[in-house]
Amino acid sequence: MSVLVYTENWDGKFKKLSYELVSYATALAKELGTSATALSIGNVDETELKSLGNYGASKIISVSDDRLANLVNSAYSKVIAQVAEKEEANVIVFSNNFGGKALAPGVSVKLKAGLVAGVTALPSSIEPFTVKKAVFTGKAFANVVVKSDKKVLSLARNSFGISETDNNAAIEIFTPELSDGDFRTNVKDVTKVMGKVLLMDAEIVVSGGRGMKGPENWGPIEELAELFGGATACSRPVSDEGWRPHTEHTGQTGKIIAPNLYIAAGISGAIQHVAGVSSSKCIVAINKDPDAPIFEVADYGIVGDAMKVLPQMVEAVKELKAEG
Amino acid sequence: MKILVCISNVPDTTTKIRFVDDNKAFDKNGVQWIINPWDELALTRALELKEASGGAIEKISVITVGTKDAEPVMRKALAIGADDGIRVDTEAKDAYYVAMQIAEAIKDGGYDMILAGIESSDYNGSAVGRMIAEFLEIPSVSSVSKIEMEGGNISLKREIDGGTEVMETELPFVAIVQKGIALEPRIPNMRGIMMARKKPLAVVAPADGDALTEFAGFELPEAKAACKMVDEDNVKELVNLLHTEAKVI
Repeated sequence: MSVLVYTENWDGKFKKLSYELVSYATALAKELGTSATALSIGNVDETELKSLGNYGASKIISVSDDRLANLVNSAYSKVIAQVAEKEEANVIVFSNNFGGKALAPGVSVKLKAGLVAGVTALPSSIEPFTVKKAVFTGKAFANVVVKSDKKVLSLARNSFGISETDNNAAIEIFTPELSDGDFRTNVKDVTKVMGKVLLMDAEIVVSGGRGMKGPENWGPIEELAELFGGATACSRPVSDEGWRPHTEHTGQTGKIIAPNLYIAAGISGAIQHVAGVSSSKCIVAINKDPDAPIFEVADYGIVGDAMKVLPQMVEAVKELKAEG
Repeated sequence: MKILVCISNVPDTTTKIRFVDDNKAFDKNGVQWIINPWDELALTRALELKEASGGAIEKISVITVGTKDAEPVMRKALAIGADDGIRVDTEAKDAYYVAMQIAEAIKDGGYDMILAGIESSDYNGSAVGRMIAEFLEIPSVSSVSKIEMEGGNISLKREIDGGTEVMETELPFVAIVQKGIALEPRIPNMRGIMMARKKPLAVVAPADGDALTEFAGFELPEAKAACKMVDEDNVKELVNLLHTEAKVI
């Protein structure tokens, strides 16, 4: 019996989200009276692998195979299922991100393990195994009972946090059994976004809506995001108008994010937009209309013209930074 | 070539979410049901591909797992332009159960391309499409934002964390599609609505098997504390509050 956690890497490096996953798996393992094993697929060096131990993993399994350079749904799922069986894992933990969505359902079917996607907390009960997840895109929560012996959970981002422990975990190399039939998709071309904080990773997100009037007014949004080391986002009408790229659209049908701070400038707060950002720890709303629904979900608000307020905010943040 | 689009019957995205039966069930009272937004975009793209294929794509089918309540949404899919439909007549219990039912219903159907939306807007499971591929043991590509077809060659663009990849795949395959796959969902016209009444919508009995998960109950998010308002001439105070009170900057 053990808890297995799949830790994705990005060009050989783990991210905060990987450590959050290991922290979650470790806490879960403790409740189940067992230990957490981390699984890494791809070329990751020893120092980086060892870092997973700092968040509680008691063993690290590394799979490195040239054919696994890019994500192949079937092959990766097979590797994870093989490791899960070898480790007699009864819970397998993923992130509810791109990789988790591509792999967790495959592992669920292979192991006949009930899947709960977007889990937000440790189980409220072990027998029956019950976990909480957001449903209706953040408008409600459900308590889900997993009836099968084996379970697959994918954790919602920024829902658990990181807890460090000191574990000098051993690294074990695993060689999976794969055949050509597991590689029936192929990556022909890759385009990577370089040098920008990704919206999904950002702890602070500055977002603009129609109230910003036009793409030429995005200067202070970008400046503020840069000051914070954060990312920029926008509402759906803004991306539909082509003012900003579609990758920035946050909301029900765009990206669902949960940063520590979300600043909504000139966004009225339609229910579909709020659904995509309501898990943010703190929401600031700036809008001319005091009745805008965004103020119902915001923690702090300013009734005013975002185009006038934002430059002042930039100055105030600069002052704060200067004070150290 | 044949394309299958998986359809989920979901509450309109503006629905006020409420629960009944001691918070054990979703309150369906007065709810407007729609085609899951991503499934609608998938269907739209399938139709675009068919129209541009010069006859190479002969048929677009739609499938759902649901009771009779799901019929209006299936008729809408036919009105938008799907050629025929299948409804597996059972409650959509969980992702595993739904994917298993779809895989059983279509395994001999000869579909070359199966499209599923990245998630349903009700239970946000993000699993059915990928699970169908696993049950059928066929390749899948996740988070697909573009599908192009040229002379029988299929090219897919998938959105990874921090970039995009252009993919090729063997047939048959499952594409799990997201925003970008089509610009706007197609709206049925009067002719489409008339024709949809005559299009075949097969009702098939569910296969044996059970769900692996079940809902024990629901809860609504805790009411948020009132928004703290700051004067527009005092932006500095807001920044101070974020620093000292909320401790987020």
